[in-house]
Amino acid sequence: MKVIDCPVIGTRPLSEFVYGGEVRRPPMDAAELSAVADHAFNRSGAPTLLREWWFHRPTSRWFVLERDTLSDRIERVVPPEEVAYAIPTL
Amino acid sequence: MPFRRSEAGPREWIDRSRTLSFTFEGRPCTAHPGDTITSALLASGVSLLGRSFKYHRPRGAVSLANHDVNALFATDADTNVRGDVTPVTDGMVADPVNVRGSLEKDADRHMDRFGRFLPVGFYYKAFHRPRALFPFWERIIRRRAGLGRVDTAWTPRRRAKRYGYCDVLVIGAGPAGLRAALDAADAGFDVLLADENPRIGGSLDYQWLGDAIADTQRDDLVARVLGHPGVTVQTSTVALGSYTDHWIPLAAPEGIIKVRARGVVLATGVLEQPAVFHNNDLPGVMLASGAQRLLHRFGVLPFERAVVQAANGEGLVAAEQMAAAGVTVAAVVAHGPGVTEADARRLTDAGIPVYRGWTVYAAHGSDAVSGVTIAPVDEAGNCDADSGETIHCDGVLMSVGWAPAGHLLYQSGGTFRYDDTLAMPVPADWPSTVVPAGRVNGAFTLGQQLADAGDAVRRLTAALRGEPVPPVVPQRDTVPHGSQWPIVPHPKDRNFVDFDEDLQLKDLEQAAREGFDNIELLKRFSTVGMGPSQGKHANLNAIRILARLRDQGIDATGTTTARPMYYPVRLEDLAGRRMRPERETPMQDWHRERGATFMEAGEWRRPAYYGADAASAIADEVAMVRNGVGLIDVSTLGKLEVFGPDAATLLDGAYTMRKGNIRLGLTRYALMVDDAGIIVDDGVAGRLADDHFYLSATSGHAEATYQTLTRKALEWGLDVHVVNRTGQLGALNVVGPMSRRVLEPLVDMDLSEASLPRLGICDTRVCGHWARLVRVGFVGELGYEIHATPAALTTIWHALLDAGAAHGIRPFGVEAQRVLRLEKGHIIVGQDTDGLTNPFEAAMPWAVHLKKPFFIGRPALAHLKGQEQRRLVRFVLPPDHAGPLPRECHLVIRNGDIAGRVTSIARSPTRGQPIGLAMVDRALADSDEPLTIRADDDVLVRGEMIAETFYDPDGVRQDADNPEATP
Repeated sequence: MKVIDCPVIGTRPLSEFVYGGEVRRPPMDAAELSAVADHAFNRSGAPTLLREWWFHRPTSRWFVLERDTLSDRIERVVPPEEVAYAIPTL
Repeated sequence: MPFRRSEAGPREWIDRSRTLSFTFEGRPCTAHPGDTITSALLASGVSLLGRSFKYHRPRGAVSLANHDVNALFATDADTNVRGDVTPVTDGMVADPVNVRGSLEKDADRHMDRFGRFLPVGFYYKAFHRPRALFPFWERIIRRRAGLGRVDTAWTPRRRAKRYGYCDVLVIGAGPAGLRAALDAADAGFDVLLADENPRIGGSLDYQWLGDAIADTQRDDLVARVLGHPGVTVQTSTVALGSYTDHWIPLAAPEGIIKVRARGVVLATGVLEQPAVFHNNDLPGVMLASGAQRLLHRFGVLPFERAVVQAANGEGLVAAEQMAAAGVTVAAVVAHGPGVTEADARRLTDAGIPVYRGWTVYAAHGSDAVSGVTIAPVDEAGNCDADSGETIHCDGVLMSVGWAPAGHLLYQSGGTFRYDDTLAMPVPADWPSTVVPAGRVNGAFTLGQQLADAGDAVRRLTAALRGEPVPPVVPQRDTVPHGSQWPIVPHPKDRNFVDFDEDLQLKDLEQAAREGFDNIELLKRFSTVGMGPSQGKHANLNAIRILARLRDQGIDATGTTTARPMYYPVRLEDLAGRRMRPERETPMQDWHRERGATFMEAGEWRRPAYYGADAASAIADEVAMVRNGVGLIDVSTLGKLEVFGPDAATLLDGAYTMRKGNIRLGLTRYALMVDDAGIIVDDGVAGRLADDHFYLSATSGHAEATYQTLTRKALEWGLDVHVVNRTGQLGALNVVGPMSRRVLEPLVDMDLSEASLPRLGICDTRVCGHWARLVRVGFVGELGYEIHATPAALTTIWHALLDAGAAHGIRPFGVEAQRVLRLEKGHIIVGQDTDGLTNPFEAAMPWAVHLKKPFFIGRPALAHLKGQEQRRLVRFVLPPDHAGPLPRECHLVIRNGDIAGRVTSIARSPTRGQPIGLAMVDRALADSDEPLTIRADDDVLVRGEMIAETFYDPDGVRQDADNPEATP
């Protein structure tokens, strides 16, 4: 089983984590149907350096990790501000 | 004929002073403590140990290294145990597994003669047509196929699981493993040393035995390892596989140990490979290392007069050991550069005839070896059979080369390449923290093995310390240790490449001719390497054969994947306990005492109803809520508190309805969908301050909603905090026309509509304790959710029971609540919706505020609006409906086709007729046709769809100022 270096409390087994998927941005207002469907349903499995959301259940923390999906190595912890985006409000 | 030496060897595993008795095929046999089934049978002169899988050919001992899969036995305790490693216990009853009748008179032994009618791929090709006959053939094949018989009177046993931790896990306790363990421990690392044998020492105890220098080093290494405080030794333990980040399950006698190491040394050694010649499977034909194990561990010699086929120095040593132990070595036949002129002279001087440039062409005999034909062979491996000589003997030793036991290295991400000198694959690349050492790495002499282990540990410890890893100091041997082509064709075949699956040279050649000439295809079509030993004695020769047929190199031919497990594992070792944590509400004990029947709700168990008879209990509970007052424990609801200046933005982005404009002290329905617009959760959101909201979520989805909100807060860069108070607060709902009257005397406030309006929320004190009141309408009556700390909730619960006694207050369960909410037409997420339901299909367009520029799922819902293909409808059955009700998930039928399904149904005591919800095709939902449901036994039940809410469409029942409700 993989171990992940949790930024909060150090090295923990994968079973303590919830995978939150790739960091992506949803299409915003008036997006094409194809773009919406692509966001909702399609994921690329091609090996790459991927930024992913991970949730550590015991500490209830989310964080973003950059992982090489070919070697399955976690390269760095990404500050959430780096991936944050503003949502439009009324 | 095999026999036991009378003189004990120096490192025997057996205790000759004691004798055990066991039975084999019903005959009484004896053994010494420490004997395996195989060694004990050989010691008593039995060489025929099993019948082969397909042709029922006689088979015997080969490796004594845990890979003798033709000598499987059924014992009183188990089936398919491997005789070469399974110790005899006193009173054991052992039988062969693949015979009809006795081993010698196996009724299927004539299968061998039909071998040519059973070519490779026979089963794939033979029984396809006519299809109708296949079940007939299948029955016959199934009866014949497989090994052993499963004990159907089996009782499950729990086997302990353990976790193990170490800095360095060393697998294999031969010379390299012992050295590596010592060096790593001396460097200050905590070492676990695991070996599959009951004793440590590995090849030092048989291959090197008698070599004076080796014996001294062995005693020193073993003593230092056993005495080192930093080394834990785990014998009789197989490393099953290598998983991510040095996670290695060890199969120990007492059960699985899941080891997490920081680094691993793989000193797993090599697997000796057989030569492929006619009748190379007869009992008496053994691997040289197998015979050495047999001799030095158990004092047993597998034959009296042997021919040794050697392509390396190890074979010559084995021949000398056998001769010294009393075997007549009739000849050593050697080909290839692994046996030099000088080597040959050493043996000739000792009186052993050596045939350099010769090979074993065929073995003879019916149930055991009675002789061999040897023949000259050229450098390319072509055998001149016409010039052959026949030698009388009762055994053949094969020492033609090795394959690395590299499974764990492959699984760790390592790669191998073929070394032409050593004639075996050697590690080419490996991770810095999983390092091979010793013979698996091509270091063959004792000096090389020890130096290689030292070098491996130096590199590993540097990697573990985060220091630069020094370059590899190569220790690989430069003299040949095997034959490039230990394979001899024969006109009568029976030259087996795979003993597990009874595959001959011609089978692989034919498979390749038929186009299965890629190693993966060859494996799957011919089944080479797919037997119980997973090709440990077959894969390398199969690759050689394919490489030669395709006229390409070994590396270009490739290899198949070495998957876990390395060795068959008992299912009871793998099976874990079912871990099901259960959560309890503050009122759980009270529910039990009141005779509640519980039902599962996520990780909770909630009261379904109180009382013995379900139907009458539920009906009574429903009636009490409608006519008086009831009390339900809703502590299982998700309870989230959201603070911060961006709290409203978070909720507006996370839920479909607007949240930012909820007025202070009010709540609003909260519906959450995913990116595809699918409903995932619902609840209520209440506003306690501009920057403070309180949310409820469904019992099963609270944690997921919490995760969504905390993640979105980060994703959207919001200044907000979400606190999950689900386990910290309990909650109850006191509901019914009398609820205000019962509650008001206990609360520090006025409960009028003006003070706490419909959908209101406020913090107050109930029975003197802090509590949060929420006016909810889920069941369609005036009601108050009270959220409080567990201790306070218990007090409030009992106070309400006392205060409501005059009104007949009673607790109600989830079943009554389901009926009540169904009468009100409220959905339950997950019951009335499924993993594909969007809010429009759930007939809740009012809950989707597309005016908001953004919320999760908005882009999808904007496209889905008006496009729904199905819709949730309300329906009623006639009041006089007789017989059992249709059930949830029964199908709705329209014009003979499926047009939907029932999602909720119940007899409504209030309406006096069955009511329900159904998800039906839009065409049907838009029509005024009757609804036809196919119930149990294909009975068609007719109902009608109705538009209005079943109960109290205007919500007058929920008015706190209603005269009935007012005190």
